Amino acid sequence: MGMTTAQKIFAAHLVDEPFAGTKVLSIDVVMCHEITTPIAIADLMARGKDRVFDPTKIKAVIDHVTPSKDSKTATQAKMLRDWARRHDIKDFFDIGANGVCHALFPEKGFIRPGNTVIMGDSHTCTHGAFGAFAAGVGTTDLEVGILKGVCAFREPKTIRVNLNGTLPKGVFAKDAILRVIGHLGVNGATDRVIEFGGPIVAQMTMESRMTLCNMAIEAGGTSGICMPDQVTVDYLWPFISGSFGSKEEALAAYSVWCSDADAAYEQVIDLDLSDLAPLCTFGYKPDQVKSVTEMAGTQVDQVYLGSCTNGRLEDLRVAAQILKGKKIASHVRAILSPATPQIYKDAVAEGLIQIFMDAGFCVTNPTCGACLGMSNGVLAEGEVCASTTNRNFMGRMGKGGMVHLLSPATAAASAIEGKIADPRNYL
Amino acid sequence: MKKFGGPALFLDRSDINTDEIIPAKYLTEITKEDLKPYLLEDLKLPGFDAKSEKTYGAGVVVTRANFGCGSSREHAPWVFEVNGINVVLAQSFARIFRQNMFNCGMAAIELTAEQIDRLFGFAGAADATVDVDVENGTLTIKGGGRQESMQFEISPFDKALVLAGGWVDYADSKY
Repeated sequence: MGMTTAQKIFAAHLVDEPFAGTKVLSIDVVMCHEITTPIAIADLMARGKDRVFDPTKIKAVIDHVTPSKDSKTATQAKMLRDWARRHDIKDFFDIGANGVCHALFPEKGFIRPGNTVIMGDSHTCTHGAFGAFAAGVGTTDLEVGILKGVCAFREPKTIRVNLNGTLPKGVFAKDAILRVIGHLGVNGATDRVIEFGGPIVAQMTMESRMTLCNMAIEAGGTSGICMPDQVTVDYLWPFISGSFGSKEEALAAYSVWCSDADAAYEQVIDLDLSDLAPLCTFGYKPDQVKSVTEMAGTQVDQVYLGSCTNGRLEDLRVAAQILKGKKIASHVRAILSPATPQIYKDAVAEGLIQIFMDAGFCVTNPTCGACLGMSNGVLAEGEVCASTTNRNFMGRMGKGGMVHLLSPATAAASAIEGKIADPRNYL
Repeated sequence: MKKFGGPALFLDRSDINTDEIIPAKYLTEITKEDLKPYLLEDLKLPGFDAKSEKTYGAGVVVTRANFGCGSSREHAPWVFEVNGINVVLAQSFARIFRQNMFNCGMAAIELTAEQIDRLFGFAGAADATVDVDVENGTLTIKGGGRQESMQFEISPFDKALVLAGGWVDYADSKY
């Protein structure tokens, strides 16, 4: 019997199996941000163990609230900054160079096929798009990761999701993952890896694959995973060209991580998305999904375009295509947060930022901010937001606020109409 | 061994997420103790009052499926810990929350739907209390003049974490 990508990665990183079913893995990339890391740092200091296992394998960024909004967030940023300097962590990204972790770190080429990745952030599953095992963990797991470079997991079973057919006009990776979550339910993949494949995924850019894997956690999944292929190699080439003689060589090396043809999946789900309509959530759980057609006309107070799910250049491009020459509805506030400085610069160079600002968008610096109701676009009681983010929990973007999750195209159409609107009418 | 359990707090809904356990706006606190006043602040349930003595006097949470879904924030177990809650009994948990509980030396115990229903049979008793023997996998609920015991299983690794007082101590001595 063959092995899945996750099984191969577990086998290659196994340090210890202290009990049957519990696998302690060596970790290739430990990622840190300023919300969940400071308490780990403080605990290590209190234990007299203020050390890091390998500063080259630790990546750190201030991204959740940046620039700091008050003394407390300034203290969190300072704790991470001081710690990164103290331990000579070269890959630390501060104001001016910082962006949303799950957009920034891939952009820097930090994640490679076959890697193990942890971070004190549930959307770490994003990095599985590169054929890695990438899991969100709590602060204690992060602390041990920083100190020892290991993390314990129950070996997850794998659910294979084949996205078949072709995505119709106006339908994107965000709609596809909402469809998958609607199918699996919010705990349908708990203790499971969701492996995405099929012709639609094969055609997807790395950005779209990251959107897919990003929301694996919304079905309870430990990691999303896409098979490394030519698209992966092309994306990583600027970072790996020194390590391989050719792209063919890189592809051959990375392909060893692909699931075997006879791999044992717990479940295989085939979804034909050829007739999929743009989707949108309607309740307080990410699996409460309806078509935009059904939701059209729902009034919104704010439109938010950004986050680790949908703040990348291709997201900005499609939204700008819809917004070009148009204005947002007079009663709507629209906010764009490009996910990284590079995305921001590219969007300026391509004229996208001009389009957003002409349409009436406020363009903020790269930050997680409003997605989790911490800054830069928090909702008031009773307000409704059409958002490209990943969670619609009650109060997520502000106490008493309602969030509808949707694609960047749907967000742009909704900004123009001031209510949830079908992007297919604009493309 | 540390005592697990205490007065029961019944939260009768599935999919209670970590934003409801501790809202993100309090993630700017940098000590666990500072989280204390914000326990379950955004949770809306019929008959549930986050600020009540019942909530703040609890030692164990009894709830339904997929408890602790959403964010990886360990602030969720911490806000329980600093308020004297060291066990959550549920039909199932989100993975990260469950691991965070054991990593902190606390217990996230999965029971069958039928066992959870039996525990909820005590929800009307103002004096409902649960004592949990993590080492031997048994618990007893008492309240309203009656009591019931049941068995459960946790993984040997999770039990080892509880006995070690958490993952940092365990890992530090071993790796």
